[in-house]
Amino acid sequence: MTIDLRTRYLGLELKNPFVPSSSPLSKQLDTAKQLEDSGAAALVMYSLFEEELEREEALAQQLQHHQDIGHGEASSYLPLHGEYPSYRDDYLEQLQRLKQALDIPVIASLNGTSAGGWVRHAESLQQAGADALELNVYYVAADIDEHSDAVERRVLDILVALRGRLSIPIGVKLSPSFSAVGNLVRRLAEAGADGVALFNRFYQPDIDIEQLQVVQRLQLSSSAEALLAMRWIAILHGRVDLSLAATGGVHTAEDVIKLLLCGADATYLCSALLAGGPQRLEEIHSDVCAWLEQREYQSVQQLKGSLSQQHCADPVAFERGNYIELLGNYQAPASVWR
Amino acid sequence: MSREQMITIDGNQAVAAVAHRLSEVVAIYPITPSSPMGEYADAWSAEGRANLWGGVPQVVEMQSEAGAAGAVHGALQRGALSTTFTASQGLLLMIPNMYKIAGELTPAVFHVAARSVASHALSIFCDHSDVMACRGTGFAIMAANSVQEAQDLALIAHAATLESRVPVLHFFDGFRTSHEVAKIAPLADEVLRQLIGDGLVREHRHRGLSPDHPVMRGTAQNPDVFFQAREAVNVHYQRMPAIVAATMQRFAAATGRRYRLFDYCGGADAERVIVLMGSGAEAAEETVEHLAAEGQAVGVLKVRLFRPFCGSHLIEALPASVRRIAVLDRCKEPGAGGEPLYKDVITAFAEHLAGGGAKFAQMPAIVGGRYGLSSKEFTPGMIRAVFDELEKPAPKNDFTVGIDDDLTHTSLDWDSGFQTAADGAARHAVFFGLGSDGTVSANRNSIKIIGAETDLYAQGHFVFDSKKAGAVTESHLRFGARPIKATYLIGDGQAEFVGCHQAAFAERYEMLAKAGHGAIFLMNTPLPAARVWESLTREMQQQIIDKRLQFWVIDAYRVARDCGLGRRINTIMQTCYFALTDLLPTAAAIDRIKASISDSYRAKGGSILEANFAAIDAALDHLCQVDVPAAASSEHRRLPPVPADAGDFVVNVTGEMIAGRGDRIPVSQLPVDGSWPPGTAAHEKRRLALEIPVLEPDLCIECGKCVFVCPHSVIRSKVFRPEDLSDAPQGFRWLPAKGKEFDSGTALTYQVSPEDCTGCNLCVEVCPARDKSNLSRKALNMHPIDTVLERERGYWDYFLTLPDHDRRQVRWTTIKGAMLGQPLFEFSGACVGCGETPYIRLATQLFGDRMIIANATGCSSIYGGNLPTSPYTTDAEGRGPAWCNSLFEDNAEFGLGIRLALDEQRRQAGVLLENLRGELDAELVDAVLSAPQADEAELYEQRQRVAALKADLEQRGGEAAQNLLSVADALTRKSVWLIGGDGWAYDIGFGGLDHVLASGRNVNVLVLDTEVYSNTGGQMSKATPLGAAAKFAAGGKRVVKKDLAMIAMAYEDVYVAHVAFGAKDIQTLRAFREAEAYDGASLIIAYSPCIAHGVDLHRNLQQQELAVASGHWPLFRFDPRRAAAGQNPLQLDSKKPSIPYREFAESEMRFGLITRMHTETADALLAKAQQDVDDRYRHYEQLASLDYSL
Repeated sequence: MTIDLRTRYLGLELKNPFVPSSSPLSKQLDTAKQLEDSGAAALVMYSLFEEELEREEALAQQLQHHQDIGHGEASSYLPLHGEYPSYRDDYLEQLQRLKQALDIPVIASLNGTSAGGWVRHAESLQQAGADALELNVYYVAADIDEHSDAVERRVLDILVALRGRLSIPIGVKLSPSFSAVGNLVRRLAEAGADGVALFNRFYQPDIDIEQLQVVQRLQLSSSAEALLAMRWIAILHGRVDLSLAATGGVHTAEDVIKLLLCGADATYLCSALLAGGPQRLEEIHSDVCAWLEQREYQSVQQLKGSLSQQHCADPVAFERGNYIELLGNYQAPASVWR
Repeated sequence: MSREQMITIDGNQAVAAVAHRLSEVVAIYPITPSSPMGEYADAWSAEGRANLWGGVPQVVEMQSEAGAAGAVHGALQRGALSTTFTASQGLLLMIPNMYKIAGELTPAVFHVAARSVASHALSIFCDHSDVMACRGTGFAIMAANSVQEAQDLALIAHAATLESRVPVLHFFDGFRTSHEVAKIAPLADEVLRQLIGDGLVREHRHRGLSPDHPVMRGTAQNPDVFFQAREAVNVHYQRMPAIVAATMQRFAAATGRRYRLFDYCGGADAERVIVLMGSGAEAAEETVEHLAAEGQAVGVLKVRLFRPFCGSHLIEALPASVRRIAVLDRCKEPGAGGEPLYKDVITAFAEHLAGGGAKFAQMPAIVGGRYGLSSKEFTPGMIRAVFDELEKPAPKNDFTVGIDDDLTHTSLDWDSGFQTAADGAARHAVFFGLGSDGTVSANRNSIKIIGAETDLYAQGHFVFDSKKAGAVTESHLRFGARPIKATYLIGDGQAEFVGCHQAAFAERYEMLAKAGHGAIFLMNTPLPAARVWESLTREMQQQIIDKRLQFWVIDAYRVARDCGLGRRINTIMQTCYFALTDLLPTAAAIDRIKASISDSYRAKGGSILEANFAAIDAALDHLCQVDVPAAASSEHRRLPPVPADAGDFVVNVTGEMIAGRGDRIPVSQLPVDGSWPPGTAAHEKRRLALEIPVLEPDLCIECGKCVFVCPHSVIRSKVFRPEDLSDAPQGFRWLPAKGKEFDSGTALTYQVSPEDCTGCNLCVEVCPARDKSNLSRKALNMHPIDTVLERERGYWDYFLTLPDHDRRQVRWTTIKGAMLGQPLFEFSGACVGCGETPYIRLATQLFGDRMIIANATGCSSIYGGNLPTSPYTTDAEGRGPAWCNSLFEDNAEFGLGIRLALDEQRRQAGVLLENLRGELDAELVDAVLSAPQADEAELYEQRQRVAALKADLEQRGGEAAQNLLSVADALTRKSVWLIGGDGWAYDIGFGGLDHVLASGRNVNVLVLDTEVYSNTGGQMSKATPLGAAAKFAAGGKRVVKKDLAMIAMAYEDVYVAHVAFGAKDIQTLRAFREAEAYDGASLIIAYSPCIAHGVDLHRNLQQQELAVASGHWPLFRFDPRRAAAGQNPLQLDSKKPSIPYREFAESEMRFGLITRMHTETADALLAKAQQDVDDRYRHYEQLASLDYSL
């Protein structure tokens, strides 16, 4: 029996819910192609970062103007430069290459925190053939004078700025650090978002206790992190007018199935593919199919949201639930000293 | 030509644009002010821009100008069209080849931005001494007087040389023309084709060396034929003037611009005429027009073809009415009977009269004069003074104009307020900016805008600083309905607009002197309009009132900050300039400024564009006019440039130079032989830093690292006894000195000179001591200078009164100890965060009181020896480094000469001592002759002995005693240092350096390796690493850095060290001490981060760490003494590369530029670089592990 894995995300018809999310795997054509061959239904490109665009502007500025120290013998210190491809040009070129090489939809990704000049670049992404755009507002509200309203407004403003410029679908990748995720998602839908991806992971700074310095380290996710998205997708499914993707901690078929049960339209994979290679997708794909087959599901559509908050027997479980009991009954593993 | 067809560019670019299109091989070498011509040529070829025949010229940088000339010679001999660009000493290095090229009748053009040749001092500025030194080479010499002419004559020169086969030296004035931005009519390819006949190119090619039709050239000839063969060229030289004249005619037909061999301007009945060449002729023409309009019978003859000198053309060009002639030379030929052009004119007239005098029956009165040496101003007032002199019954001969010669009274007096009507009709603006604030680039842009948007002619001339940190720039802008011939700065009282882009400059410079009556004065100041007036000095207030200036202010920094532009204020100030003047309608000007910014950034400036646009739009809202009261009220007066008690010379000469009044210093006050007193930089107090470091004694661990890394020697340490601090200012900081070398109860302090600090932050960066409860607080922290200045100034003044530590007691092996040594190199003009100067400072701390420095030309000679002040200074005994700069190319040989002289004087002193042994204290003689002088204590004792000996000798009469006295100082050990950059050591001076290293003589070579020619703006040297972009390597360097250390180690008896103080300071210290102690040649190659690396130098130390960690800069010492003791001489002081080379490379824009522009090439180059550093380290590792005990 062939199971119908099709799903719709960001208004795009996808052949299945497996979407490799924004990662370096899309920087090389061969890894992107491997992802498609392994069954990816769409590909979110690596991000065009606001910071990179700004860094490039700073480079341009340095080349243009900042070389002069006012000494008669040297009006500059670096060679005169002709045209050189910009970071944005490189991104557009890669987008076009991906579009040519792949049959699956390609979702471009913009990563930034302000509704500034960089937003203009979204139009060129659309022109270059992006099937949709994902906006990743990777913002840590470290300014304690900034009110939560303003933090939410920031996301909405960027979305509105993009919506005004683009005709392609727009998804928003949200961080979990919002006090009212559900309300924010609804407002995003009202402002024109076609979907949200829950949740973006913040890379947490670490401390080097030898150097007494704060250091940045990349740590891959684990399945446990998917539970957060699971809860919110379960809560939102059927209540908001946009599509939902789960991201962060999707490593196994089990993770995917849980998320679909809660109502995810798509499941993003990143750490699993970085760690296991593009072929890992094939394994997950086949495991999910086996599970569905075993339980005689005919389609993903059938499965999707069947255990969302609206549909589950114990809706409270997705809220405060029984956390007092859980905590009270917790027993540390036997190997832990107390 | 219509406005649209005109372009606004500088002289160097205008000339390079012609030369590049007409050349196949371009051999170059950087030298100011001609370097930009080579840079343009290199960049255009890197972009693939073709010459007139569709090929991309090969541009190759050579190791020196001598090399460039050799390469040009070779290319010409094979029949390629070849050119080069140079100036000054560079041109002198080309002379031997120029004789050859001309002797072989080879068509070529050398484009020269004329510059003074170094004599009593180096000067980067303009005169014709370099060009005049080439008179005998056989090159034709053509002079262009303006940007337009420089372009036009470049083409005429290329065309004429092909036809005549006589090579041409085409020159124009350095800076005045090479760097002046002007609106000119460009030359289209079509015009070039009309002038350059392909047939002549083919003939040249055919004459090229070929084994298919071989000839022998460059033979050795003997007395039998050399002379005759030399005369065989005559016919070509005889034809040359006519060929040039005809080419000029063809040029006129093609462009409408008419030149002649000698262009006369003035009345047909002129009686008094000035003859000259170069940019001064423009000012002379303007003055002649003015005086003629007043009814004076005057004229000017511009010499365009100086060699071959055609007297008949000269006579022909002059009106028959001429009775008196002043010939002005922009050079000095000491001891000659007159300067070259003067003598040529005399000869022309003498020959004319001898030939019957068809035009002139009588010899006019002809006098010669000098003007404009080293870009000395040459103004209409001076030109009128020359004409006035000619009117006197006996005009002065051999005169000077532009200076006050109160010694031999050669100078003419002039009226500095005289202005021609033409210049009076032009619009003038002067801007004072900070070197790095973009004032100059904005002004260049304004000129382009006005050039493009109006029918006005435009001129921009820029005056730069001799300092690199905190440099001030002056922009002089003129606009006028007629072509601008004012080749001089805007004079006092002439500017209709004065822009002060840094409030601090208002007090330091007499900028309002430039303002005319009713002019606009715009100042960038953080103060609100209501408070600005009271902040001005009384002198400024009075000038504003007296001249009825319109005084406007803006807080441009605030506008820039609010709009996200940081400290970039140039477009804001530019907008205000257009708004306050009526050169263009404001809205149109703003549109053009915005368009220029958009053009600059193209696709890469999204938010920068928005920020700039926002700032431009906000600028006018923040522009305020200040109400000027009727009377001055300020109690605040301009401070004197140096303290009144600094000594007569410093007050009258140095101080006047610091204040910008050096032009007024008379001849008698200046040293006759180029010797200047040391220690004057300490008087400048330039107060550049916005923040300065302040010590927290409770955290300080007394490591001394802050002193070690300080590029400007502003942070110092001293030890003392606290009880001696009775008169210390309140709060003066100190802490107990830790360490066995100090007596108990000794105190130590680290103190900053707040007004000399540049705020580079490196001391804070390196400080390892942190507050355990607040890791952001260190033992040194930056504080806003305004909050601590008064207090720290008091502390510093007091610190200076504390005695220096007894050098015999210093523990020199530790950083902490060595940093107690007094720096005898301080407050130099080097860049903020300079990577070179800490090495020099260290050497002076260790050996400064017995150092003689031979300094190669380059950054270190500029921040080390560029007047007005000297950073080299003396200790309490009056001892300190003696410093001299000979040339760029000969520094090693020069330093060796010093060593040889010292050795010989030491030998003579020994002989004389032995001869006088019977008369002197024998014990003293023995002690003096046998003193080891290996450490400070022994040096001290020897100095005592020599002092006693000298005192004794002074009492004695007799030749022998006096002779010994004259060489007795050589009996104390001296330390000879040969300092220079990689351009010197790897390239131009390598042959000499190699020879000196091989000499075995006791010299210490310090190579400050910035991996580019830093001083001239970052051109590639053989020290430039693989894959890095540099000028002349715009596409990235394709070969690995030369391993100079390995070459030196091959001699086996040379001490060699590779150091990077930011990565391992103690290794640097050890290397310096070992090198100096080694009785033979020593070479220290010192890694020196530089702004040319494309990094902010507050990262100086991190970049050194990355360079070492990546294997780019391995640390090691090679000590021949160890080999003699059976140990391996090579000690590796850094570990295996521990980070990828890419990580180092990506942190610097010199590599990043290639990555952005040529990603695949960059990847390949970086992969090769990685392989190279790995292989190199392995190789060193193997060498260091060889067993020497066998």
